[in-house]
Amino acid sequence: MSDNNAHDLSDLTHPPHHRAEIVFAVASFLVALLLAALWSTETRWIDGQPWSRQPGLWPLIAVVGMLVFGAGELIACLIRNLRRGGGDVAAELGLWLRAGEYVLWFMAYVLITPRLGYLPTTLVFTTLLAFRLGYRGRVLALAPLMGLLIVVAFKSFLAVRIPGGAVYDLLPQGLRNFLVLYL
Amino acid sequence: MDTFLSALTIVSRWDVIAALIAGSVGGVIIGAIPGVGPAVAIAILLPATFGMEPIVGLTLLLGIYGSALFGGSIPSILINTPGTPVNALTTYDGFPMTKQGQAPRALGLSFGASFFGGIFAVIALVLLSPVLARVAPMFGSREIFLAAFLGCVLVVVAHRGQSLAAGALLMFGLFLNTIGMEANNYTRRFTFDLNFLDQGVNLIVVVLGLFAVSQAFVLLAGKDDMEAAPDIKGNVLGGVLEVFRHKRVATAGSLSGTIMGIIPGVGEFTSQFLSYSYARATSKAPGLFGKGSPEGLVASESANNSVPPAAMVPLLALGIPGEALTAMMLSVFYVHNVIPGPTLFRDHMDFVMALYICLALLNILALAFLLVATRPLLRVLVIPNRFLGMMILTLSFVGIYSLRNSAIDCMLAAAFGLLGVVLKRLNLPLVPIILGMVLGGIMEEKFRTSLPRIRSLYNWIDRPVAMVIFCLICIVLALHLWGLWRDWKGKRDGSVEH
Repeated sequence: MSDNNAHDLSDLTHPPHHRAEIVFAVASFLVALLLAALWSTETRWIDGQPWSRQPGLWPLIAVVGMLVFGAGELIACLIRNLRRGGGDVAAELGLWLRAGEYVLWFMAYVLITPRLGYLPTTLVFTTLLAFRLGYRGRVLALAPLMGLLIVVAFKSFLAVRIPGGAVYDLLPQGLRNFLVLYL
Repeated sequence: MDTFLSALTIVSRWDVIAALIAGSVGGVIIGAIPGVGPAVAIAILLPATFGMEPIVGLTLLLGIYGSALFGGSIPSILINTPGTPVNALTTYDGFPMTKQGQAPRALGLSFGASFFGGIFAVIALVLLSPVLARVAPMFGSREIFLAAFLGCVLVVVAHRGQSLAAGALLMFGLFLNTIGMEANNYTRRFTFDLNFLDQGVNLIVVVLGLFAVSQAFVLLAGKDDMEAAPDIKGNVLGGVLEVFRHKRVATAGSLSGTIMGIIPGVGEFTSQFLSYSYARATSKAPGLFGKGSPEGLVASESANNSVPPAAMVPLLALGIPGEALTAMMLSVFYVHNVIPGPTLFRDHMDFVMALYICLALLNILALAFLLVATRPLLRVLVIPNRFLGMMILTLSFVGIYSLRNSAIDCMLAAAFGLLGVVLKRLNLPLVPIILGMVLGGIMEEKFRTSLPRIRSLYNWIDRPVAMVIFCLICIVLALHLWGLWRDWKGKRDGSVEH
């Protein structure tokens, strides 16, 4: 947020245009084209049924809408990029890719939880991720504590449905049952 | 009177009171942390509320929704960073007041105006209830179809300068809703022979992906640029009471927020824009706006905080959510088989009244909490952004995985999270996707159920309410096209002069 006295309300009603919007416009238009090409194979047209009751009607409306609005957005974007528009497209794409790294972290967390158990995985995940983010000392120590609080709040108190880990089966029956139910 | 007493009985239950306190206090704290916001918090908590009774779950979510904007004004005023996107306008006058050494006054004005707006909207709702109870049963399938269509039109035209992108995203949402096994003919639609797509794309997974996971990715990929807030010394209560010196501006702002909140798809930004423009146009000191005007602050905060109660009107009366947060709340109703809409007002007025009481109480609780806890609350501003991102990602996992214990849901949420990153970075709206999914489902169902009574196109609008909605659609489209033509003409004339 700029520290600027001369505020203009159009900042709110017309958010600033970024040149990288063209990447989104092209991609979304191509997706719409692909879906339109697949419409006849991915929906069924039932003979003898009026068009208004066809199962493919609403997907057709949606895909045609995506095509029409998507084409408009693409043209508008090209015009805006020719006239003005701020931002470095390559730098923006780099940031999108950087976000991709955390998809991998998240999926690793998801896939390991059913094996190692919710609490152990959360403690390991938060500690390693905090380390990866460059935190050391007190903040690094706070990361697993935060993980513990989340597990206790959601699984122990709110009883959300997250199954126990496969390794819990290796533990004595009483402890296993406790861990499956609460941690 | 019996209805009111019955509603009071519901509200006085310990679990409802606990949800009310947790929601309103939690909402203020969440709002005060830049980068979290009510949408992320509600998305994460949503699956946890499915195990609660509808009134308890909704009270908790309403508490967060209604009080987050109170908290969001704190970083807006003190460090020039909006706590929630809706508080952006608050920085215009709030931060300059802080720089002038008037931070406690600005905070007080903001809390007072938010309280004024919230209570104003609740009173308006209570007064409107008899009318709604009478009008709501006049909405049959055709009317609800047309109202949902009006919502779609409004979502597109409300994003001025981004209408085409909003339209494309709305249609994408509509498309997502059609994926899966179609219930009438039992045929598959866009499942690509993948069995997990037979059940369709889960709305909660999309919501969590677009709002929570994407926010985590944005924060994690960014930098820790948190800023320490200045210490506040002085009387916040004085600022709260000062709002009554700006009654006219506060009333106009609250009225604008209430009306805009009721209209699906419009929301806080438009209400603030109208309120702020009115306050500046009628002020004795218009030059002060943007440089620390108390009137500007009151106009902005009263308008944004009157929207949440008003946004409940289309949801409760017609079952049509006007924006993303009420769309999330709709799923709480569905999970418990409580169908919001005309029958809710007819058969469960005590439930509706209990929600109104909760809305009023949460404003009182949020204000009381802020009056005693603003100073300690400043500590949340120093949580590093990327640490916050890690926290949101860990919490998002609970929300998504606890739905069906499905890794595929998590994968889908991560994909929508990446899409959300792109949209957020490009300042493109996320809300049309969610509304497209919800309104698309309503439109398809109501279109089908209307068909047996439709002989010609005119039958769609031959009932009074349907005709009124149709006229509104035409007016909205005409005004939008006129606005576009005026913009184009203005630009053309400008370039000719140059």
